Amino acid sequence: MTESLLSVGIDIGTSTTQLVLSRLHLQNRANPFSVPDIAISEKEILYRSSVHFTPLSSPIRIDAPAIRAIVDQEYRAAGVEKSEIQTGAVIITGETARKENAAEVVKELSGYAGDFVVATAGPDLEGELAARGAGAAQWAKELNQPLIHIDIGGGTSNFAVFEDGELTDTGCINVGGRLLRLSSTGKLEWRSPVLDGLFQPQVGDTVTLAHMEELAKLLTRALEEAAGKRSRSDLSRRLITNRLPKLPTKTPAFSFSGGVGALMENAHTLPPLTYGDLGVILAKHIRASRLTEGVFRICTDAIRATVIGAGCHATSLSGSTIFHRDVKFPMRGLTVACLTREESAASSNDLSETIRRKLERLRSHDGSPMAALSLDLPEAPDFASLCRLADAIVSAWPQEMPIVTVTRADCAKALGQTLACRLPSPRGIVCLDALRLPPGSSLDIGQPVAGGSALPVVIKTLILSS
Amino acid sequence: MNKEELRALVAQMLQQQLPQANVEEKFESIVESNEQVDDITEINLRKQYLVENPMDGDRFLALKGKTPARLGTGRAGTRYRTVTMLRFRADHALAQDSVFSDVPESFWRKNDLSCFPTACKDKDEYLTRPDLGRRFPPQSHDAIRQLCGQNPRLLLVLGDGLSSNAIVTNGMDCAKAICQGLRNLGIAEPPMLFVKYCRVGASDALGEITGCDCVCMLVGERPGLVTSESMSCYITYHPRPGIPESQRTVISNIHRQGTPAVEAGAHIAQLLQQILTQKASGISLRREGSA
Repeated sequence: MTESLLSVGIDIGTSTTQLVLSRLHLQNRANPFSVPDIAISEKEILYRSSVHFTPLSSPIRIDAPAIRAIVDQEYRAAGVEKSEIQTGAVIITGETARKENAAEVVKELSGYAGDFVVATAGPDLEGELAARGAGAAQWAKELNQPLIHIDIGGGTSNFAVFEDGELTDTGCINVGGRLLRLSSTGKLEWRSPVLDGLFQPQVGDTVTLAHMEELAKLLTRALEEAAGKRSRSDLSRRLITNRLPKLPTKTPAFSFSGGVGALMENAHTLPPLTYGDLGVILAKHIRASRLTEGVFRICTDAIRATVIGAGCHATSLSGSTIFHRDVKFPMRGLTVACLTREESAASSNDLSETIRRKLERLRSHDGSPMAALSLDLPEAPDFASLCRLADAIVSAWPQEMPIVTVTRADCAKALGQTLACRLPSPRGIVCLDALRLPPGSSLDIGQPVAGGSALPVVIKTLILSS
Repeated sequence: MNKEELRALVAQMLQQQLPQANVEEKFESIVESNEQVDDITEINLRKQYLVENPMDGDRFLALKGKTPARLGTGRAGTRYRTVTMLRFRADHALAQDSVFSDVPESFWRKNDLSCFPTACKDKDEYLTRPDLGRRFPPQSHDAIRQLCGQNPRLLLVLGDGLSSNAIVTNGMDCAKAICQGLRNLGIAEPPMLFVKYCRVGASDALGEITGCDCVCMLVGERPGLVTSESMSCYITYHPRPGIPESQRTVISNIHRQGTPAVEAGAHIAQLLQQILTQKASGISLRREGSA
């Protein structure tokens, strides 16, 4: 089987906006005498856009038409039509995510960039996508110790912590290379509010190199604290974006990406004010910090880590024996109700009550018209328990909504058929497996691939801090 | 030998190996609590790591999670450790039991299936004469025809094959999922029968006897040391004696750790629809979608 998905990733960051086109190759991994097992076998990057400065129409607003123009221009340069784009994600990151019209822009742009391009945001996903895009997730699997990946961008630094090759936590602090901007004459043009109390000069003041070195030293210290190389103090706590990451028990290795990460290798050879901001100086300090005392790696293509993450790693594939009937794809923004192993094992009546309650709560929360039910089933459920499950779902599910279930256990096709024989045809049914949906995540489902035997999905995860 | 004598004998044996105080205590505790010996086959081998003082045992365990191979077992001198050797023999015994034991009568009675033995008169003959496991004695032909009707489109067959354990564990869950899937696709539920001392080739004899278009057979796979519960599905379109094996469509590895029985059943139902539509199985079948 030679099938692939054309995927786009767009990252609208604090300082830069980028786009990456990639081809996700699909392959049946199973031998010919088994049930098919289709997976994304290779991720090939076809086109890397130039690195654009993120266009702003005012200090607090993103210039949406200018961003659309960038997308159009890059699609033209790459020679692709919008209609060819099959999947992908737009992510808005760092300082830019705090602009007044951020949510609006990313949502509109996702519709503009392609039929199944998903809008994403949030420091959790940002940390995860940057780490995957930088290849850190892969390195973590090979390493003999935990790994902390730090993506240091213009406005924020995203942490992703891996233990035994698995992502265990993310975190984000307001440390970046573009928290201030200088004019060519060395006057302070703009400073981020997060610098209040850390940095004396105000807009219009002349800034000396010593000021900058002092600030870079502080910010590097904050990174060291967040990464567990110093005990955490008020400094790192006051710079928290969402939270500090939970640290691994053993000594971790470090890897770096992001615009500042990319500068780390050559920072000492560049003029300190090459970009009129803190980037080069900060990179130099981080390169000489405690973070690079042990095992560390600066990722290749470091400045593109997040956008590659959005383009190549946001989309995953469901299991290959699944069920779907009478629904239109793509299905966007399904909120997820999760049932625990115990709840899923209850009698049909109790189960039905639990499902009804959970769906009710979802709907009253965000009024979302579509929901998915994530069930935690034993690895090989028997026929009787599928029937029990199907009875409960059919009686609990609101008439006007298509039924969507997600399991990790390989049983979606069987569950779908069990539901189908209880419900007449116009009712929509989608049953997916081989996916793990954590509580609080949401789900987008794209057009079927491989002759309808698998569905591409984008799972927007919130890793809950506990 | 009565209980008292046995007790004395065991105590004596233990005494030769252990210091006095210990023996009494240990022996009493075992007798008093009526303790059972732990079932070593309950241990999940993927989570068992026996090397002493490893460089990085956790890492090795993470790798072990991906394979059923017996790795990281440590050693006693140049040999296996006792637990590894015993487990090997226990798993081998399970495999043998599964080959040599019969599917209990309650299995087909409970599920309302008619049982048709092939021409083999017992398990020994079944194992030594594969040809007899592909034929039915002439006196059962009428009964088979009566059950299946004239030229049925499809037959669903459960056969013990080389693992009774496999068919008892997975057979009915898979069969029910197949029937449900077929109903959804608008295909009538096929006649179902159980074949004792069954080889895959019995499909061909059934084709000849009933004139059916297609046989779908669920049959126990020859067990290995990983699982004795693995079942396969062989689908033969236009089955007849002498048909090349390449004309059969196979789905293998149906068991708890492979493809679960219900999911395999759901997949097989769809596959049967393709086979009945294309009137072909095996390499003649053009796979749609999931090629």
